[in-house]
Amino acid sequence: MPDKSDTRQEHWRRTRNLTIIVLVLWFIFAFVVHWFATGLNGASFLGFPLGYYFAVQGSLAIFVILIFGQNWFQDRIDDDTGLHGE
Amino acid sequence: MQTRWNSEEFIQNLPKVYGLYTGGFIVFILLMAILEQLGVPASTIGILFVAFTVVIYAAIGWLSRTMQVDAYYVAGRQVPPVFNGMATAADWMSGASFVALAGGIYFGGHGYLAFVVGWTGGYVLVNSLMAPYLRKFGCYTVPDFIGTRYGGSLPRLVATVILVVASFTYVTAQINATGTIASRALLIPFEVGVWFGLLGILLCSMLGGMRAVTWTQVAQYIVLIIAYLVPVIWMSNVQNFGIIPHFSYGDAVARISELELQLGVGTAATESIPGVRVLTTLHNDPGTSVLASWKFVTLAFCMMAGTASLPHILMRYFTTPSVRAARRSVSWSLLFIFLLYFTAPALATLTKLQVLDPTLATSVIGKSIEEVQSLAWIQNWSAVNFLAISDSNADGILQINEFFIRPDIVVLATPEIAGLPYVISGLVAAGGMAAAMSTADGLLLAIANALSHDLYYKIIDPNADTRTRLIVARVLLIGIGALAAIVAQFRLTGILGAVAWAFDFAASGLFFPLVLGVWWKRANRQGALAGMILGFLSGTAYLWYVYTGGEPWIGIDHLRFAIIGMPVSLVAMVVVSLATEEPDPEVQAMVDEVRDPSGTAILDRQ
Repeated sequence: MPDKSDTRQEHWRRTRNLTIIVLVLWFIFAFVVHWFATGLNGASFLGFPLGYYFAVQGSLAIFVILIFGQNWFQDRIDDDTGLHGE
Repeated sequence: MQTRWNSEEFIQNLPKVYGLYTGGFIVFILLMAILEQLGVPASTIGILFVAFTVVIYAAIGWLSRTMQVDAYYVAGRQVPPVFNGMATAADWMSGASFVALAGGIYFGGHGYLAFVVGWTGGYVLVNSLMAPYLRKFGCYTVPDFIGTRYGGSLPRLVATVILVVASFTYVTAQINATGTIASRALLIPFEVGVWFGLLGILLCSMLGGMRAVTWTQVAQYIVLIIAYLVPVIWMSNVQNFGIIPHFSYGDAVARISELELQLGVGTAATESIPGVRVLTTLHNDPGTSVLASWKFVTLAFCMMAGTASLPHILMRYFTTPSVRAARRSVSWSLLFIFLLYFTAPALATLTKLQVLDPTLATSVIGKSIEEVQSLAWIQNWSAVNFLAISDSNADGILQINEFFIRPDIVVLATPEIAGLPYVISGLVAAGGMAAAMSTADGLLLAIANALSHDLYYKIIDPNADTRTRLIVARVLLIGIGALAAIVAQFRLTGILGAVAWAFDFAASGLFFPLVLGVWWKRANRQGALAGMILGFLSGTAYLWYVYTGGEPWIGIDHLRFAIIGMPVSLVAMVVVSLATEEPDPEVQAMVDEVRDPSGTAILDRQ
């Protein structure tokens, strides 16, 4: 199937871009915000110091949303290119 | 009966089955509460809680028994995403998460929260880099992927060795935890408790393999999440912290900061008592030094990479019907895990406030030693040496540095500190047991499956028939379980140390060979071997150096040794791959195939 490799290339290109975006966001909320926790603690969110909030809830909730979001977009990519698993 | 647990009908009825089960469990809790009111002693309630739940798990294990290879190794690849999410969450949340995490936050303050961030953020890596591709590959075990992608017996063997080291380190801690909980709840010696725990674990996994473990883990998740949330929410209501404390304990954090100044938190104890410690770390102090930030992010990174490399987690995603279902189950897994992890800091904060705040009736700091020693919960935990009160300065008043407690008991003691009825303590014991058993099940199965499938079937005897393979798998399961129970009795490391090591071992040896196997076509056999062997050995050598008293380099202690192992693994793998010839076109075509979510699994076609 000659077309299949083109489709696959397109699919992989889009998958890779999505993955890069997800990993950049992951990096920010996994490391960057915690690196600057002391500074962020000067601000407050829902009554919590902001740096503390990220470590106990904020980053965690963002990871959950990130994965659901990534899978939503990945499903679109799979459907657009016709490479859906089911 | 056997076919019923395998049929389409059963899969369709899952919500009903587990809905009934959850309802039944709630009725059981209410029944215990009534018995307590009628005057049944606390010890009986504890025994009933642990015994009843373990018998249920064993019954599920028995009903799921199988002699089919597909069912034994990957639960027939028909587990729906939401249920696989629950099973993964139970598989993931160990005795350490359930019992020790909140206590760790209580004592470790902000630095300890790196575990919370690491153990959730790791799932982003699992979802982005690993799970969907490994599912498409269609392997039975993690070394199965390494062995087929890179070719030859040697990579498979090395991956198996790393898997066994990482998982075995982890499983001894879990069996230790089941033994501790069983011995306290059933009033039997620790050594007997360990074997009782192992018996329960084997009943869940031996007859039905992955299928039995899947359905018991779902049941265990339901028990453990109820057992974790109910005490926190109840305590919050009793003590007026709000109906759901999670979003409103910011004030409690601020109040603790005030009290820490008044009470002098940070003053070291003037004496030491083995096994227990005083609170010296501030609740929310990230530190202003670069080293403090560095320690936080390195620990979080090691835990994340370890999450994405630990075989007992990855193999859960082999059980779904499709690639898309594998991805969906990662998102459900993290949601279910999140429920517990965002509760743990709330629990630690509220429990600490109750102990410290002199305006609350539950507080102990600043009261007279005599008064504190007459409290029932102080007496109960002192009796087993998990807590100690010592009037070091002989002024008759309990100071913050005279209140010694073992970090592991914070979760277990919280219901008593808050003055909740004993039925809640029994529930917490059942939850801790569920958490430790479900993780031990997953780990033992990961080890036994790798040894039976990769070592025995793929390397030693490729002509073995199905029956022999499954018998070998079971014999190994019993043997490894027994070995782990024996090692657990020595209690070589603390629960936390052993768990962190398992993550570092897995990340050092397996992370890059797995990721690059999918993401870098040029990765070849020699490179993977170099990456696995050098990464694993350098990490282990560094652990040995630190463990035997060596000075840690820039704060990289024994909890973070993957910071050494992983870069070595990456560099070795890239350099050696580039220095040797590129993989065959067939292998490269296989990588293209793995990246395509459509079509049947690769190994099924061979």
